Amino acid sequence: MSVGKPLPHDSAHLHVTGQARYIDDIPTPNGTLHLAFGLSDVAHGDITSMNLDAVRGADGVVAVYTADDFDHVPDCSPTPLQDEPLLSTGTVHYLGQPVFLVVATSHLAARKAARLGDITYAEKPAIFSYEDAMAANARFEDGPRIYTKGDPAKAIDAATHVTRGQIDMGGQEHFYLEGQVALVTPLEGGDMLVNSSTQHPTEIQHKVAHALHIPMHAVRVETRRMGGGFGGKESQGNWLAIACAIAARDTGQPCKMRYDRDDDMMVTGKRHDFRISYTVGYDDTGKIAGIEFVQMTRCGWSIDLSIPVADRAMLHADNAYLLEHARIESHRLRTNTQSATAYRGFGGPQGVLGIERVMDHIAADLALDPAEVRRANYYADMGDEPQSGQTTPYGMPVTDGIMHALSAKLLADANYKARCDAVRAWNNANPIVKKGIGISPIKFGISFTLTHLNQAGALVHVYQDGSIQLNHGGTEMGQGLFQKVAQVAASEFGVSMDAIKITATDTAKVPNTSATAASSGADLNGMAVKAACTTIRTRMSEFLKDYYGVDTVTFAANMVTAGEHSLTFSDAAQLAYQNRISLSSTGFYKTPDIVWDRIKGTGRPFYYFAYGMAVTEVVLDTLTGENRILRTDILHDAGASLNPILDTGQIEGGYVQGAGWLTTEELIWDASGRLRTHAPSTYKIPTASDAPDVFNVSLWDAPNPEKTVYRSKAVGEPPFNLGISALLALSNAVSSCGPSYPALNAPATPEELLNAISRARA
Amino acid sequence: MEITFNLNGTRVTTSQNATDTLLDYLRETRKLTGTKEGCNEGDCGACTVIVEDEAGPTALNACILLMPQLHGKSITTVEGLAPKGALHPVQQAMINEHGSQCGFCTPGIVMSLAAAHAAGDTDIEDALAGNLCRCTGYAPILRAAEKAAQIAPAPKPQSVPLDVPALAERPETVDELAAVYAMHPNATLIAGATDVGLWVTKQLRSLDEVIFLGGVRDLKGVSETPEAYVIGAMTPIADLGPLFAQSCPSLSEMFRRFSSKQVRAAATLGGNIANGSPIGDSPPPLIALGASVTLRCGEDSRTTALEDFFIEYGKQDRAASEFVTHITVPKAGLTDLRVYKLSKRFDQDISAVCGAFNITVTDGTVTNACIAFGGMAGTPKRATSVEAALIGKPWTNTTIDAALPAFEQDYQPMTDMRASATYRQTTAQNMLKRVFAESIGHTVSVLDVRGDAL
Repeated sequence: MSVGKPLPHDSAHLHVTGQARYIDDIPTPNGTLHLAFGLSDVAHGDITSMNLDAVRGADGVVAVYTADDFDHVPDCSPTPLQDEPLLSTGTVHYLGQPVFLVVATSHLAARKAARLGDITYAEKPAIFSYEDAMAANARFEDGPRIYTKGDPAKAIDAATHVTRGQIDMGGQEHFYLEGQVALVTPLEGGDMLVNSSTQHPTEIQHKVAHALHIPMHAVRVETRRMGGGFGGKESQGNWLAIACAIAARDTGQPCKMRYDRDDDMMVTGKRHDFRISYTVGYDDTGKIAGIEFVQMTRCGWSIDLSIPVADRAMLHADNAYLLEHARIESHRLRTNTQSATAYRGFGGPQGVLGIERVMDHIAADLALDPAEVRRANYYADMGDEPQSGQTTPYGMPVTDGIMHALSAKLLADANYKARCDAVRAWNNANPIVKKGIGISPIKFGISFTLTHLNQAGALVHVYQDGSIQLNHGGTEMGQGLFQKVAQVAASEFGVSMDAIKITATDTAKVPNTSATAASSGADLNGMAVKAACTTIRTRMSEFLKDYYGVDTVTFAANMVTAGEHSLTFSDAAQLAYQNRISLSSTGFYKTPDIVWDRIKGTGRPFYYFAYGMAVTEVVLDTLTGENRILRTDILHDAGASLNPILDTGQIEGGYVQGAGWLTTEELIWDASGRLRTHAPSTYKIPTASDAPDVFNVSLWDAPNPEKTVYRSKAVGEPPFNLGISALLALSNAVSSCGPSYPALNAPATPEELLNAISRARA
Repeated sequence: MEITFNLNGTRVTTSQNATDTLLDYLRETRKLTGTKEGCNEGDCGACTVIVEDEAGPTALNACILLMPQLHGKSITTVEGLAPKGALHPVQQAMINEHGSQCGFCTPGIVMSLAAAHAAGDTDIEDALAGNLCRCTGYAPILRAAEKAAQIAPAPKPQSVPLDVPALAERPETVDELAAVYAMHPNATLIAGATDVGLWVTKQLRSLDEVIFLGGVRDLKGVSETPEAYVIGAMTPIADLGPLFAQSCPSLSEMFRRFSSKQVRAAATLGGNIANGSPIGDSPPPLIALGASVTLRCGEDSRTTALEDFFIEYGKQDRAASEFVTHITVPKAGLTDLRVYKLSKRFDQDISAVCGAFNITVTDGTVTNACIAFGGMAGTPKRATSVEAALIGKPWTNTTIDAALPAFEQDYQPMTDMRASATYRQTTAQNMLKRVFAESIGHTVSVLDVRGDAL
């Protein structure tokens, strides 16, 4: 059976030979036009004049659009609020907002022309900071959202110890290596074929249809692969697809738009930055009695996905810890910056970092091992007491806990105790270069919190030669989803992988899909494909039972066995075809048992939790703040893994991306609201030497208690959170410099580390 | 311009504008779309190709390679790396070790790994510093490189330089360059194009007059006298790390951390100096060593101290039609010199501060101090007040502490996206502390403890 095998990525051979085709690689006919946006130069203001003569007169320009060219300016928002006009309708809300659109004969001609706009603005006061937004009550939703469990104020009052603190954590640019891109080909009768680098083809279809005032059936969206997504292609691709569709409709030519990297970073949303303050009461062992969090996040100029992102931050404020008395208050602030959007973890990592900081702070204040403080607070493991009544702050019972066992195994495997001693010994002997060790667990909730999104469809064809074509609503952005789902299909039919053809995600094959997001890709689409395969297999099976007059039919090792008759799968398919058996089926899946009221903050938003933990050791130069990750050990729960090597890839990659978020990846806006870090020359994602020198990753390898596809667990987002251990290791190294808690903020750039060293010494 | 080169083994002659990039040519004209555009500024490596000339094969960023730079060279793209249907050992290893996820960076990674494989280069983290991958966390890529290294590279036939016609905009001797530059004083001189390339791809400038320096043979290479190295302006930065590996490891390490493999192979010492950037990494150590720069204009040559070459931000002591021919670096200070590059990300990042300390201690007393910094002022600049506070004093912690306030007389750094003024000032001071700490035997580099955590 192919499920569970460490098979390589289905496109690995195409990747390494340069044959894997991305949108910008698709051959286009002569006459294809290229688009670029002209961007606003101020963060907030009314457009008082717009002279685009130079743009229109530039070489190669075919058309120029402003908001005035539309009766209704098309909306690009992924929400019903429709607050993202394709082109500014008179007021600009951030520096980098698209104001006009150029259509030209080449990518370069469009880019050059887009710089020639002469626009004047009556500037308005802009809101950038948490303080300014709070003071102006600039927010989405009416007021803060608050979830409460028990009586935290009373519990904190009664506690032996109380600690207060605050952590700032920056946002994060996705830096998918393939920038945003779309190609739209006009078809007969006004229909449109859209090739989009998107995690959400159905959303692109919906928004293009909406923009063109045509039904969704007239728009077909195809996505074979993305060159990285990470959440950045959940809603941000709408702009390019809509712009291309309009230009394609008006010119009759195929239209392509890809953002230059700098434009991509100036225009599109990023991870939400957060400021989280906390008051926590606890006993001498560090066991939390009561806790209050205030989470603030800067959502940018439009609502985009900020509400569910901020919700998920609240839903992860407990992480792996039982909080009997908790209050979480969340402010979703409106600022004149890029509209913060989905990014791997979707608010979860920010909420988790809040409580991981608390654990670290408690351990520091009590001079206890942070591992012990965490152990005092973990949810009980399944099967252990107190199993009943163990609920999250939003009232969901935690019944699948494994943190105690997982933590014990990892700390032993990583030789944690001895290494803590070694780190202390090193620090006692060395005044300048210090070491630190940090641990962070994760319990990550799996399911879209917008419950209706937890559905998926599939379409499977078995051809008369026994070859199988596979399609489902999930998209491939590098995570290996297509291969994992193909392994499911191959297992269901008992055939080898070469019998399966993986095909591009296509809204014409599977309709009404959800974004490939929330780590849900394999859970949802794997089950939908399994259902489709089961339908076809059952039909073949019933037919063969009749045909041969036998009771059982089995599918294995490329053979179909009906009693004493044994035939190849292709012969079985041929026989079924000749006997007029349908060999094509859709499949459908919806996650069971979930129910969620986000206003009350109660219910079961998640089908299950995925767990994991990391131990990271770092070295820090206390004169400059330079640092290196020396070693990382991870034990992560992927359930019964569908493909252990692809899952390991998600864990390694997620960890490094998470560590990057919290160390070198710094977004800096200047006083005018201009993002100054809009290219890899100034925005620094990890490079090869930033990966841990020693990097041990293992899978927990136990089946999911819930009935997921082959009892596997989602693995896309959870390990991203493990990068938090790198930040805590750095904090630990800083702590060796002085008596005070350093309250290290993120990203812990060398500069922030030097500041934290000063605080530690104070 | 009529440019001639080999592309994946086939000779090509094509007419190109001076600002056409190799990446656009490959993707748009030749439909060789395996080479990707990730950033269009030479920072991500998705466009990496292998370019071979008489100096051998090297990985370069196609996005900031201007077509005339390729005249007479041989280009291999991912499509030409292995015969059709076969895989290069690094390609096979990348598959076996699961080194690709989204795959977009992969062709560039493969080309960098192939260049390292051919060269027997096993410092893969360094070979890949200029190739960003957002998916894998690099672990499987590093494993793939290890596996591929176990397979010996295929013997490469001695490359035969292409016989190509001369180009008016591409002089081949210093004399020709002097003559053509005298006639076209407004021309932009283009060496490696690692900066000028961005004028084209990001500022969208069109360059009216250009002179490509890649053909000027007598500007390349290093010669040696008993007292000094004489480094030709067109010597690539890549050659400088090895040059100082024995005599000054910290200088060598600075040149290793200077941008990426791809950029170091293209960028030149002359370019890094003549460009006048306040954050170029080569001027501070060379100033601290007392280097001089020789310039030529027409028939005339003159030599000036390197520190005097930088007048103010954006202004150098270089007249119209004058160009840098070579830099003379005295050897005397190499033993004492310590160079510290400080950046937000450890590898492949522009320095926030680059400090160079040439301090001589004789019998416990500071007898000479020449200290220079980048990132602290509008130009690379000497710390003359700090030097004065050290010279003649005993080499002690007390002297160091007493010298620290002098930094504020020498420097009033700025705040930008790389660092705040305060951080720059503090770390500049701390670098002096580091020199002292190192001299009394403390571990002062995070690199010295790597590998400890096994």
